[in-house]
Amino acid sequence: MTLLSYAKAMNRALADALAADPAVCVFGEDVGAGLAGLTLGLQQRFGAERVVDTPLSEQAFTSAGIGAALAGMRPVIELQIPSLLFLVFEQLANQAHKFSLMTGGQARVPLTVVVPGSGSRSGWAGQHSDHPYALFAHVGIKTLVPATPTDAYGLLSSAIADDDPVVLFAPAGALGVREDVTVPLAPVPLGVARTHRPGTDVTVLSVGHLVYQALAVAEELADEVSVEVLDPRTLYPLDRAALLASLGRTGRLVVLDDSNRFAGFAAEALAIAGEEGRLLAPPRRVTRPDGAVLPFALGLDRALQPDAAQLRDAIRAVMK
Amino acid sequence: MSLPHLADRAGRYRAMRLIRSFEELALEWVRSGLIVGGTHPYIGQEAVAVGVCAALTADDQLTSTHRGHGHVLAKGADPGRLLAELAGRVDGLNRGRGGSMHAADFSLGILGANGIVGAGAPIAVGAAWAAQRQGRPRVVASFFGDGALNQGVLLEALNLASIWRAPVLFVCENNGYATTLPAGAAVGGSACGRAEAFGIPAETVDGMDVEAVRAAAQRLAERARAGGGPGFLECLTYRFEAHHTMERRFRLSYRTPQEVAAWRERDPLVSAAAALPPAEVASIDADVSQLLSLAAEFALASAEPDPATADDHLYASGLRPRSGAAL
Ligand SMILES: Cc1ncc(C[n+]2csc(CCOP(=O)(O)OP(=O)(O)O)c2C)c(N)n1
Ligand SMILES: [Mg+2]
Repeated sequence: MTLLSYAKAMNRALADALAADPAVCVFGEDVGAGLAGLTLGLQQRFGAERVVDTPLSEQAFTSAGIGAALAGMRPVIELQIPSLLFLVFEQLANQAHKFSLMTGGQARVPLTVVVPGSGSRSGWAGQHSDHPYALFAHVGIKTLVPATPTDAYGLLSSAIADDDPVVLFAPAGALGVREDVTVPLAPVPLGVARTHRPGTDVTVLSVGHLVYQALAVAEELADEVSVEVLDPRTLYPLDRAALLASLGRTGRLVVLDDSNRFAGFAAEALAIAGEEGRLLAPPRRVTRPDGAVLPFALGLDRALQPDAAQLRDAIRAVMK
Repeated sequence: MSLPHLADRAGRYRAMRLIRSFEELALEWVRSGLIVGGTHPYIGQEAVAVGVCAALTADDQLTSTHRGHGHVLAKGADPGRLLAELAGRVDGLNRGRGGSMHAADFSLGILGANGIVGAGAPIAVGAAWAAQRQGRPRVVASFFGDGALNQGVLLEALNLASIWRAPVLFVCENNGYATTLPAGAAVGGSACGRAEAFGIPAETVDGMDVEAVRAAAQRLAERARAGGGPGFLECLTYRFEAHHTMERRFRLSYRTPQEVAAWRERDPLVSAAAALPPAEVASIDADVSQLLSLAAEFALASAEPDPATADDHLYASGLRPRSGAAL
């Protein structure tokens, strides 16, 4: 039995991509030392020319990634903190994402941005605990939130091979997960959801590390209700067909989402279900509050994130 | 080393004349409504684009600005296709998807005008870094205005270029104003001082003299090409027209008529023409005028894009977004 950790899976995906394609390179802070785990050992193996330690200039090195991508490279950008995405929103939303259309298809920007440790890391407080994946999905940037080690491997591999910019969130709450890997690691296509547990009464659409919470609650309530746990894996483009097929089986929807409620990911999932699905009961969502700023004290930090009790209540509410 | 069409004085004068006449035509097209949204005219600054591009090769690249027509034409873009782009036609450089502020021709190394002040500089650094890695003897020129000197990302880009010894030629077109804000009131220290602070050799040249610009650009570009790292060129210049075509409607008074007139006395086209036999100048002017008639014909004959294709090219991978219409 080989237990593969989430962090190691990402590291292996990046190593395999660097080995397979000389166009792949990495820009980020402390990537030589491998501080965040993603690049551990990679600078020694592939050289400081390909795994590049950058100064603390997120805007410039993200744009340099765009420039290198325009010149035929496939850069991977590592950001140490999820909130650094706000710093480079201009570079991603207004530059990288727009080049293809604005140039009439002349340019492509195969850039992958990875945040190893997104969402709350417990005790890092307001400016280090955001989970702004809905913001990037809203912009139309391909947005990935793998939940398992094999999906982390597979989605990071596909992100690097993709011809468009991609942002990959590796939730802090999933980084410690270990998985008994029985099949060879392989790319996972973007835009394809995964059913972690089949069920017939309620679909729980759960994102990232919350998949584990959904699975635990589904097991706990197994005598009471049959819960299908669906993991979108890619938030944009969302696998709407899989969501609608699941709703066709269950007719009920709860969304479990660690982003802010207003105009968040769950809001979009509910809209799709309302517009395109046939529901037996009004759908529910369990999310962070509107405009959440996670407070420092652990109890307060947890109080603003979706929890198992809220999920249980939501499942029972749609079953009424 | 030089782009063949800019290799001699006649070629450089011709390119400056082309930019000037193109921009005059664009002004007419804005007035008549053929170009919607307006343009940022390059008139007055022609010697900068042409002098710098004269130091570049066909394989070299550039990033441009909101005031980009001059750079795009100097690097060799087809004026008919640029005009078609400004008019939003399918045969435009960007198939009508970019317009004035995003004109690009990747086949010529033109990585695009850019609507965000300062945004091109770090992109140029990344492209130059990639060229280094790929072992190509390529220089990337990055044009920006005095206004961009106060964008934080530009300072980050100077530093990155310096520590990476990236073959970038930073070109600051100091035309004295960021829209209405005088550079003197906005820039602490000096443009060159900022570059030098990052260990980048910097020169200030007369941006109204195409030969002076070319000579300085050549020095810095060849140094960068040989692995000597980035260079910084401040070109003192002036825009003769409004910041943007819309400004004409406002009657702003941030520049005195005397100041504008004094700079017009130093018209870079006049001095470039003076170095050539008058008959040659006349023949070039006639040539350019003919070329622009054909360009206008070409642009006008080009169709407007089919609204059903408005989402085309959004994703290089071909992903189609959902429609915004009700289901
Ligand atoms: C980051 C940013 N801020 C503001 C603007 C609006 N804007 C467009 S051009 C311009 C002035 C730019 O001045 P400068 O860089 O000197 O270039 P010039 O217009 O003189 O060629 C401003 C403020 C913008 N496009 N981007
Ligand atoms: Mg200016």
